[in-house]
Amino acid sequence: MESLFQNIMNALQWGSFYSLIALGYCLVYGVLRLINFAHGDIFMVGAFIAYFTATFLMGMYTDFSFGLSNPMVLVLTIPITMILTAGVGVTIERVAYRPLRNKGAHRLYVVITALMCGLILQHANLAVLGASRRSFPDLVERSVYTIGGVTFTNLRVATILAAFLVFAMLYTIISKTRIGMAMRAISYDRFAIPLMGIPVATIVVITFVLGSSLAGLAGLLYSMSYPVLEPYMGAMIGWKAFIAAVVGGIGDIRGAFVGGFLLGFLEIMVVAFFPSTFRDLIAFSILLLILSIKPTGIFGMAQTTKI
Amino acid sequence: MQRFTVPILLAALFAGLIGMSQGGMIDLYIQSVIMFMGINIILSSSLNIVNGYMGEFSCGHAGFMAVGAYVSSLLSVWLLTDDRVFGPAVLSPEFALVIFPLCLLGGAVAAALAGLLVAIPSFKTRDDYLAIITIASLYIIKSTIENISAIGGPRGFMGMRSTVVFMEDVIELPWMMIWIFICTVFTIWIIRRFVSSTYGKGIIAIRQDEVAAEIMSVNTNKMKVVAFMLSSGLAGLAGGLFAHVLGYVNPGAFGILKTTEIMVMVYLGGMGSLTGSVLSAVLFTLLMEAMRPLQIIKWVIVPLMLIILMHFRPEGIMGNRELSDIFPRLRRWIQFK
Repeated sequence: MESLFQNIMNALQWGSFYSLIALGYCLVYGVLRLINFAHGDIFMVGAFIAYFTATFLMGMYTDFSFGLSNPMVLVLTIPITMILTAGVGVTIERVAYRPLRNKGAHRLYVVITALMCGLILQHANLAVLGASRRSFPDLVERSVYTIGGVTFTNLRVATILAAFLVFAMLYTIISKTRIGMAMRAISYDRFAIPLMGIPVATIVVITFVLGSSLAGLAGLLYSMSYPVLEPYMGAMIGWKAFIAAVVGGIGDIRGAFVGGFLLGFLEIMVVAFFPSTFRDLIAFSILLLILSIKPTGIFGMAQTTKI
Repeated sequence: MQRFTVPILLAALFAGLIGMSQGGMIDLYIQSVIMFMGINIILSSSLNIVNGYMGEFSCGHAGFMAVGAYVSSLLSVWLLTDDRVFGPAVLSPEFALVIFPLCLLGGAVAAALAGLLVAIPSFKTRDDYLAIITIASLYIIKSTIENISAIGGPRGFMGMRSTVVFMEDVIELPWMMIWIFICTVFTIWIIRRFVSSTYGKGIIAIRQDEVAAEIMSVNTNKMKVVAFMLSSGLAGLAGGLFAHVLGYVNPGAFGILKTTEIMVMVYLGGMGSLTGSVLSAVLFTLLMEAMRPLQIIKWVIVPLMLIILMHFRPEGIMGNRELSDIFPRLRRWIQFK
């Protein structure tokens, strides 16, 4: 029983990472109908930005120290990472996706471009920074609590709380604000929306800012929990988060959130009861099963095709 | 005359390649580049059936290649060599020449059956959801292979090199080159016959509009099964050849990066263009070999080139036209049907 709760705790943490990344996928997909395959690598870039920001603020590259305490460094690192990662995401959108979109290219070509952007981010990172793994500095004191036999660290609780908080904020933005309304409108009908005087380009940029900054936050949280950074860390987790978003029903942020946690639970439970090498096999088989029973995902709506 | 140009050209090419490699005029490195070119042609043109002609977005092609590679090398090791896992050879090495094509066929059939794994869920789902199914199936196949320790698990599997040696013992010829040539020609032939037939036009109808195709009495489910099985079966064929050329397979070689490579070839050539796929596979192989000294930077330059290509010529080298559409005069010499 205790190990079950322990596993649920682990699953919630894993699910938080998946959910944060899946939310980014989902936002971009909902607005642009574009599978942003570079998103997993933006998460990786976010983790690296977090690393360099944190080490810079701790005074590792300069002679003089900023004299900040570790918690203060963390407080500064979170917004800086989110802003810089959002910058990366917007740059990719501006340089690679928007010219194609303006030309009215088939959306498949944009998907291929996204895939290639991901590859470039990975390998450019490898070429520039080298293959050596970096370890993230400990910014917060790890304290372990035990309640009823279930142990958890403050980091784990913070990660889970952050995921729920971010979801709540995002949900409010999407459903209550004018920007969210514009986003939903674009996803409803992209061609009629400019006629209503809604600046599509601005809304798209805002979408990318939101999505990429979430990936940056996920990168920071991930590298604090698992403090080893390497260029390929984003690829696998990105593909998985994408699958989670689709299983939840891509285009609906509730779906992405639930799907992320679902995948987290599946993986942790598989590891708990089977050898850990079976993780991908069983988790993906179950996802395939879900998709063949409910082809549009858990929250997805079937789109009617007009002829 | 029209009907014989292509066979004569192919026979000349075949004789030239075999003669040159037999006579020692091209060294082993160039031979292996030519062999990988053939394998890449099979891979890109077979993915073109699904991604180009049918207009779906499949990212799991490397998985089927892995199935073909593993099944055919298991068969050839089981039947022909003394192995620690499978015990002594079932047949004596003289049969290598007969057994090897059967092993390739076995790999292709197994990969085609694995294609059903994607085909059946694809009945109800479309574009983006299908991408997931294919990625998931790629991971399922890869993970299954990694979990079977009898075939080496993540360490990989070897021993099929001796099959090639046995074939060369029977008759002294560059057998891998011959088989790859035959398989490449067979692939191009079968795909060309398929997509230009009335039956195969159903696939192109699915690309244009699935619902309309259904109404026009195209059995879309059946077409999808046929297309996926043909595509994955040919990928399995390429996988079997790939395994026997290298003499070693491991599941890590068939990941997302391999799929990306194949997709790059398809989109570089143009969706729904067979000649485009062939041309881009040749070009891409040469390009990758030329950039080998750059090591990791190669993987920055190749995607960058593709992005630039997408901006200036998004339809790829050939678009969805064949060579005969660009040079109409070729029709006098060659029949494109």
